[in-house]
Amino acid sequence: MSIAPISFEHHQSAHCENGVISNLFRYNGLPISEPMAFGLGSGLFFTHLPFLKVNGIPGTSYRIWPGLIFKRVSKSLGIEMYSESFRNQQKAKDALDSALDKGIPVGLVTSVFYLPYLPAVFRFHFNAHNIVVYGRECDNYLVSDPVMGAVTTIHKDDLMRARYAKGVPEPNGKMYYPTHIPQNIDFKKAIIKGISKTASDMTEIPLPIFGTKAIRYLAKKLKNYPADLGDRKATLYLGNLIRMQEEIGTGGAGFRFIYAAFLQEAGKLINQEWLIEQSVALTKTGDLWRDFAFKAGRICKNRSTDGTSYKELSEILIECSYQEDKIFGELHKQIKKI
Amino acid sequence: MKKNEVPQDGNNLVKGESNWMNYAVDQNGEYVQEISIGWEPENIALEQAWEVVNEKINEAQKKVLAGQLSPIAFYMEVNIMDIPLLANYMDKYQWQVRRHLQPDIFKQLSEETLDKYAYVFKISRTELMNVPTNKNTK
Repeated sequence: MSIAPISFEHHQSAHCENGVISNLFRYNGLPISEPMAFGLGSGLFFTHLPFLKVNGIPGTSYRIWPGLIFKRVSKSLGIEMYSESFRNQQKAKDALDSALDKGIPVGLVTSVFYLPYLPAVFRFHFNAHNIVVYGRECDNYLVSDPVMGAVTTIHKDDLMRARYAKGVPEPNGKMYYPTHIPQNIDFKKAIIKGISKTASDMTEIPLPIFGTKAIRYLAKKLKNYPADLGDRKATLYLGNLIRMQEEIGTGGAGFRFIYAAFLQEAGKLINQEWLIEQSVALTKTGDLWRDFAFKAGRICKNRSTDGTSYKELSEILIECSYQEDKIFGELHKQIKKI
Repeated sequence: MKKNEVPQDGNNLVKGESNWMNYAVDQNGEYVQEISIGWEPENIALEQAWEVVNEKINEAQKKVLAGQLSPIAFYMEVNIMDIPLLANYMDKYQWQVRRHLQPDIFKQLSEETLDKYAYVFKISRTELMNVPTNKNTK
């Protein structure tokens, strides 16, 4: 059976979770940009977990855990969400179909590995990719994947595999959509809350593996990569850092530019010139992160054991961490005054 | 990053399929969106990741063709899985999957189990039983 498709406005975004938030909220009458979704959801972060290895490589993330941006934005804006996971695959399919038949576009958590419409070279087992399904036609679903330039379709069997991928985390067929969006939203309050949270996440968690401290922690480890790990493994670790920082879904420079775009938009919206100044500062730090990725890429390419290049990379990271200390410290101080 | 600095480094690997959104500042300092078709360090890191995958596939293929491992070892690598992940997909314990990697045990597997492996690997049972002999790269 097929139903009349919902007219769903697709906007391409840098990162899937922000993109789904932005597209779903816009559909429901609340137009917010991707950077705004990212900022209000306090998405920016840094964490380095040497003991949590994926394929033998330590985990590094430039953002908070998947799903949390969504939770924080909805809570902050007073938006009520329906969200459910399913043990049973048939029930998951029925719930999706019944929502679509009611004309509701639905957010889904999927695995990149099982989405055939994505370019093959990008398809690794990443299980926290958010997409919107907004209709169905025969055996296909209509998909708005925010990282793609245009809408696409997916066969029902492929979608089922993607929704029931195994590993960490397991999507378990999770689906969600907003059920109530309040009329008068106090953006100023939400912006203050979002910035406070990020500033505190980045500078106040008393553990060396979170926030700007973690950047220095990584810098310290990275300096010794060639000596500790040997040539080959050192470049693999570096390559992974680049991928976490630059691959689809990061908007480049590990989300720093998206956050800078948010600070600029927020500064204009609530008339706070200093936010725009911090946006400029963060853009500069983003450029430094890019410099890091560029040099790291060259090392990977040359497969050099050159200890001095690792030392140089480590120094760039330390500079990034101090710049971010300053920016988020300033945000923390100033945001309390408004 | 300025708008005109948004990298446009395509390469053979992504074959023109990559068009990702970036945020950059225009000449007035305003953040705008700009599409990027790829960036050198990212391309290098991706190539490196696939190199590792392909090495593992080739290694497994050799061992399967030499009769040291069962075809499951090969298709596991083709699907970028390891034993814990494959066991999870198969609803089996890791030690069970590890046993199935032995050619002698593999020959004794039930049709049902073989079909399940074939389903997980998205191939037919015939393909599962016959590992290609030519060099296999993804």
